[in-house]
Amino acid sequence: MLLSEMKEGQSARIVSVGGDMRLRRRILEMGLTKGSDIYIEKYAPLKDPMELVVKGCHVSLRVKEAAEIFVDPMARREGDHGK
Amino acid sequence: MGNSQIRIALTGNPNSGKTTIFNQLTGTRQKVGNWPGVTVEKKEGDIQKFGYDIQIVDLPGTYSLTPFSIEEIVARDFILEEKPDVVIDIIDASNLERNLYLANQLRELDTKVIFALNMADVARARGFKIDAQKLSQLLGVPVVFTVGNKGEGLDALIQTAVDIAHSPLHIPEERKVRYSKDIESAIADLKEFIKARSPEAFPYNYRWTAIKLLEDDKIVKKRIRDLLGASSDAVCQKAGDFRGKLAGLFNEDLEIVMTDERYGFIAGIIKEVLSASSLERVDISRNIDRVLTNKFVGFPIFIFFIWAMFQLTFTLGAYPMSWLDTAIAYLTAMIEHAMPGGIIKSLVIDGVIGGVGSIIVFLPNILLLFFCIALFEDTGYMARAAFLMDRIMHLIGLHGKSFIPMLMGFGCNVPAIMATRTLESRKDRILTILITPFMSCSARLPVYIVLAGTFFAAKAGTVIFMIYLLGIVLAILTGRMFRTVLLRGEDAPFVMELPPYRVPMIRSLLIHMWDRSKMFLRKMGGIILAGSIIVWALSSFPRQIEYSMDYEAAADEVRKSFDQKIKSADGFLASKLESERDKAIHDLNRQRNAERAEKSYIGRIGKLIEPVFAPVGIDWRGSVALLTGFVAKEIVVSTMGVLYSVEGDSQSDALHSALRDSGMTPLSALSMMVFVLLYVPCLATIGAIARETGAAKWAVFNILYTTAVAWIMAFIVYQGGRLLGH
Repeated sequence: MLLSEMKEGQSARIVSVGGDMRLRRRILEMGLTKGSDIYIEKYAPLKDPMELVVKGCHVSLRVKEAAEIFVDPMARREGDHGK
Repeated sequence: MGNSQIRIALTGNPNSGKTTIFNQLTGTRQKVGNWPGVTVEKKEGDIQKFGYDIQIVDLPGTYSLTPFSIEEIVARDFILEEKPDVVIDIIDASNLERNLYLANQLRELDTKVIFALNMADVARARGFKIDAQKLSQLLGVPVVFTVGNKGEGLDALIQTAVDIAHSPLHIPEERKVRYSKDIESAIADLKEFIKARSPEAFPYNYRWTAIKLLEDDKIVKKRIRDLLGASSDAVCQKAGDFRGKLAGLFNEDLEIVMTDERYGFIAGIIKEVLSASSLERVDISRNIDRVLTNKFVGFPIFIFFIWAMFQLTFTLGAYPMSWLDTAIAYLTAMIEHAMPGGIIKSLVIDGVIGGVGSIIVFLPNILLLFFCIALFEDTGYMARAAFLMDRIMHLIGLHGKSFIPMLMGFGCNVPAIMATRTLESRKDRILTILITPFMSCSARLPVYIVLAGTFFAAKAGTVIFMIYLLGIVLAILTGRMFRTVLLRGEDAPFVMELPPYRVPMIRSLLIHMWDRSKMFLRKMGGIILAGSIIVWALSSFPRQIEYSMDYEAAADEVRKSFDQKIKSADGFLASKLESERDKAIHDLNRQRNAERAEKSYIGRIGKLIEPVFAPVGIDWRGSVALLTGFVAKEIVVSTMGVLYSVEGDSQSDALHSALRDSGMTPLSALSMMVFVLLYVPCLATIGAIARETGAAKWAVFNILYTTAVAWIMAFIVYQGGRLLGH
């Protein structure tokens, strides 16, 4: 499914990153690479942008940008990300 | 003296503590921030250590060396072109994986690198254990642990830098990132191909050049074109062929494949050097964010912070402001007594003190405002502000980060425009720069205070608020318009780090605040001083004026007639007559001064341009004030002071009554405020626009656009108000 469809508090693994070159590069450089695990920390009060935890960093991106990222949702593990 | 010289460059991701280390090493005045990309300017510091003269250059914080933003280009160009002896990469040890991305890009360049594993204490507290020796071994790079804010490990760091600066250390090829077989063979082929066609003194590493060409790096391509001349076409052609072939093979763009492979390489390294204990960590930063960017209370808190900032700036700032006011009045009185009358005295009192003095009183406000902004930046709240505001800013076609420069615009447009450097997209930057002047800076406030205070008394606060609001609305409209007409194109991605909250270091807050306030003071000493003197000169010359009547004689006449009456009157009546006499003489003086202002050069200029301003209800004095406001908006008030020939006593009170006497109406005052809000930002801002956009045309465009908008809006206000019967 698309990252933009994920709900707050869910975890997923990145399958692929799309979008134009600029965006993809940026997304990758922030550590959102294929195969990395992400946690959807929250959506901003106006539902856009969203905040993720990846490789221990908090990263924000717009929902429109998240719609370029395909993910594989993961079952939430106990005690995962301390929530 | 006679020491060997070493040049060290500091690089690192934003928020890796690079600036803190730079401050610790050099002790120079430099700000520390959490806002990504705070160190945009190249900062340098010279130190003497271990018998060497060491120059340390602080490069912009970047996540990568792909020329994606100006920071990245600046950092990479410095390393490539200036060839520092050693590059120290500051790595956030608690965030090793992401930080190693830049570190590995550095290793691909032909340069001596040291890794400083910074914030080692934080990493330890989080339960990370890093095997530095292994890391050093695997990557062929010296590794040093540091704790920047405590100054730990910095001597070892410099010692290592000195050691390797004079050793022929090179990173062995086999320890660099190895890409997959097909890519490696393409790199090898292309490398030889370039080598065969390049001059003896090729300035870059061949392997690196080949990699960059495969990644279709625009800047490297251009350099190759410059370096290789005719044969560059063949090289680019060849690289293009490889790109096409490999992209077909991987069914993916080559840049993406290579980035993935770099991260793959890093993941391998991480596995070997990093062990994270399963310590359940208490993430304070995260808990703070649960409140500050909360669905329900996030915005109210944000608005509260902004409100508190302005409240603090203006209410707390009012106290030192009045002390300064008193001090200046005292100084004026002192000079009044000490100096003999004449033109020099007039220059000092009316020109210098009158001009600069009326502006310097705003220094406390500005210090406080910049302190608050520094606090937002250094704690990491600025990134959250962008996170909260992005949706709204996006409606104007801007990035959440644009909010910060615009907010700073309320303080002073100059640093605000400089702050747009944090924006990655050039279009976003230009757009933000163009609309920031509509944010009513603190220099415009005194004008509103005088005008609104005079004509709207009790409602002054509301009127001023509406003026600010008008500026915001016009900024939004302009933003939307320019985005669709002038600066079309894709929005910059909002992929941004939300760095952990940090307790700011007071020292760094103060440095930060002072750095920006210095700009204000510099403006004071330079442009505003010069402007005040020019305005004074234009209004004081010509010295000899043909008055329409003989004021001296008239005053004598008044004195004579009153004196006779006073002589024949008794006690009470006499004192009443005396004050009547004084008032009559005072009025004559004012008339004389007004005529003098009218017939001075500045008055003539005002008369000349009056027709332009007549439709918006501004008379020749207002026109002149506006004209001088181009130098700096604060001057508008002091010019009005001169033109309405306010003398002696409490200046603002006198100005109030003089304004009322001059025939200005509330409506024309409103029109003037609107004009002041919108028209050409000050000279310093224009300079900043030209500098930051890199093109004088944007500065010229801004002058024309803002003035047109100002005139049109003032026209609407004035003529509209008249139609409504005001």
